[in-house]
Amino acid sequence: MSDVSPHAFIDLAGITKRYAGVTALDGVDFTVNHGEAVCLAGENGSGKSTLIKIISGVEQATEGEVRIGGNLHSVLNPRISAAAGVMVIFQDFSLFPNLTVYENIAFSTQLTGHKRLFDRSQARKVAQAAIDRIGVKLDIDKRVEDLPVAHKQLVAICRALASKARLIIMDEPTTALTEKEVKALLGIIRLLKEEGVAVIFVSHKLAEVLEVSEKVVVLRNGKKVAEGPASEFDTQSLTRHMTGRDVPEARPSPVIADAKTLMSVRDLAKNGSFENINFELMSGEVLGITGLLGSGRTSLAKALFGLVAPDKGSITVDGNAVPIGDPVAASHARIGYVPEDRLTEGLFLSQSIVRNVAIGRLDEHTSAAGFLNMNGLVAEAAEWLQRLKVKAPDIEAPVQSLSGGNQQRVALARWLSRTPRVLILNGPSVGVDVGSKADIHDIIRDLAKEGIGVIIISDDLPELLATCHRILVMRDGKITDELAGGVATEEKLARSLAS
Amino acid sequence: MTTPNKTKDFTKAPEFRLLIIAVAVFAFMAVLSPDRFLSPQNLTSMAFQFPEFAILALAMTITMMTGGIDLSVVGVSNLSAVIAAIILTHFATPEMAAGQSAMWLGLAAAAALCIGAIAGLINGSLIAFFGLPPILATLGSGLVFTGFAIAMTGGSAVMGFPEAVAWLGNERLLGIPVPLIVFALLAFGLHLLLTRTAFGLRVTMFGANPLAALYAAVDINRMLLKVYVIAGMFASIAGLVIMSRANSAKADYGSSYLLLAVLIAVLGGVNPYGGYGRVVGVVLAVLSMQFLSSGLNMLQVSNFARELIWGVLLIFVMVINTNGLTGFRSALSKPTKSS
Repeated sequence: MSDVSPHAFIDLAGITKRYAGVTALDGVDFTVNHGEAVCLAGENGSGKSTLIKIISGVEQATEGEVRIGGNLHSVLNPRISAAAGVMVIFQDFSLFPNLTVYENIAFSTQLTGHKRLFDRSQARKVAQAAIDRIGVKLDIDKRVEDLPVAHKQLVAICRALASKARLIIMDEPTTALTEKEVKALLGIIRLLKEEGVAVIFVSHKLAEVLEVSEKVVVLRNGKKVAEGPASEFDTQSLTRHMTGRDVPEARPSPVIADAKTLMSVRDLAKNGSFENINFELMSGEVLGITGLLGSGRTSLAKALFGLVAPDKGSITVDGNAVPIGDPVAASHARIGYVPEDRLTEGLFLSQSIVRNVAIGRLDEHTSAAGFLNMNGLVAEAAEWLQRLKVKAPDIEAPVQSLSGGNQQRVALARWLSRTPRVLILNGPSVGVDVGSKADIHDIIRDLAKEGIGVIIISDDLPELLATCHRILVMRDGKITDELAGGVATEEKLARSLAS
Repeated sequence: MTTPNKTKDFTKAPEFRLLIIAVAVFAFMAVLSPDRFLSPQNLTSMAFQFPEFAILALAMTITMMTGGIDLSVVGVSNLSAVIAAIILTHFATPEMAAGQSAMWLGLAAAAALCIGAIAGLINGSLIAFFGLPPILATLGSGLVFTGFAIAMTGGSAVMGFPEAVAWLGNERLLGIPVPLIVFALLAFGLHLLLTRTAFGLRVTMFGANPLAALYAAVDINRMLLKVYVIAGMFASIAGLVIMSRANSAKADYGSSYLLLAVLIAVLGGVNPYGGYGRVVGVVLAVLSMQFLSSGLNMLQVSNFARELIWGVLLIFVMVINTNGLTGFRSALSKPTKSS
């Protein structure tokens, strides 16, 4: 057991959480004291979001004890947890964009006050008090959708304070902020701590918040692998604990000599998302596209595959124009796209593994009479699953029974079986375990060797450095920088992103 | 390799429950009134009765597989029947030679099928290109189709067909009622279409996750158009069977068939949110409903009470399917969730 302090605000003991067949958390102890800032670190899929869901009452632990403010909660739901003062600020802040700043801040206090009517002057007072507490300047009558990202975050913090937060959990708080904005945020966190409000930072990039934190807890594959004072950690040791390996990954293999231009994008623009996008992709090249949240990287990725219709511009593959805004046409031009969100966009969860692969190759296995050649279809899918080392007991089982890493391989297998010329991977290793991540990077490097052009959209800087020959940096919808993958370092890339 | 675990154990399939229900209803009615229910007349009359609404249920099934629905099936079948009837009454007379009237019958049937296909194209376009929710698109178009049928007939029945027309709904082929043969062929065809073709697999996968189908570069618009065209053509075939059995066509025949078709599809295990459905389940549900309906008829339960029973049954089956039996019980015992 960990050092159970009588003063701990949050005290979790032996928390285990199992989802159908998958152990997301395995006997984790976790404490947070009043006024303490804790970094909860771990890669995607390490179990940190599950832990947060248990503290905030969204999920119930399979085993273990949850104490909040000294009270044992055998049943916890979001309302009980919020009443105890636990507030979560998600990455998207969950604000009402069409309401004003003060309405957003006072909304939940007015709801829990059980008043039938919205008391406008009272709401303004509550909102102003919360804003004054953190000493920032915000126009309380402005609509939230008109605010820059950093101010939206402040509104979310104020809302938590107005609801008498004793613990604020911040999910990836720095992802969308510039360096200056991060500094301002850290100042506010110090203020909160002095008032006895505890903070948990959840992130896979924690170097920035280490200086205001007392404690670091690192999760890996559902287990707590490190815990200690923040002063004992630095970027290197955090990464080592999170990934469980010391050796840096292989570098991308050199681009094929005198490679031909495979895909060329000219003047692509979509109002409000991105503009003036120009780049070329060589055969056998891995091109990274990165940017902060809201930089337009995902819209651009979707536009390249026709899922978002750009206002103007052209895309050519092998010199032939690809009709824009039409995913079917893009797939005929042999462009493939593996989406970021496997669960809703990438996979047919309730359908079998083999069907999830075969959906891309139905026409090729249809006889002249119009019937499917099932044996051929299944054999081909099975071969791809084997080539990508998908660990599945039964390929007729639903794809949702697989782990994140194996699911991602199934999504890859679907497109690889269509022998694409250009493969766009949006967040190729989001939510997969460390081992699978390295395997997926190996697969990407192999694809490039075969002459396929790969575009990786990601905010995972080590991943980009390990796989890409060239990295484009986006900001406010424009490409602002281009770095050669072989010589770029993580620091250089991070500076280019946040400047 | 292909389907070892599907044929392996039908007793584990959800459709097995339906087989038990069908047998149970049959046995229950047979025990309740053995003389009448088991009489040859009753059994043959059932075989003539159910194909028309069973075909509509098949049309409903394919649209539901995509997570959609087609509320215009009855409107389409009546419009098709009315147009076929107008062609027949204008160009063919009861005194006409058999060969000639058969030709006009073929032409009228072809016209009916064309109407079904056009209606399906309209429904499919509203859903695929204009992005309307299927339930509203087909509710609206169904009223339009019925409206056309009324405008063409003035609301009265069209009758006076050559004798050949009666063959489709009332005769037997090798001792089997012709409508039953038509239904069996359509059911088998739909089964093959859904399970053995690329189109059928796409329909199922799209129903399971439309967004993933988009990202997998499935040509969704084309698929939806095909689905609603097939549903429309099935509806017009049902219209022809009804026309032949009633020996007339009218804009408001079979108005209770819409609810019945939805009920049968849902009872047959088709997931109304899309992604799952088997024709064998729908066929078993058709049989259960026909046994129930004939039995109630024999027990002299009024037609109005029958619709009430069907409505209650539909809601009950949906509650069971979405919550499971245990969920249903706990919902009954705890009407409000304790906070």
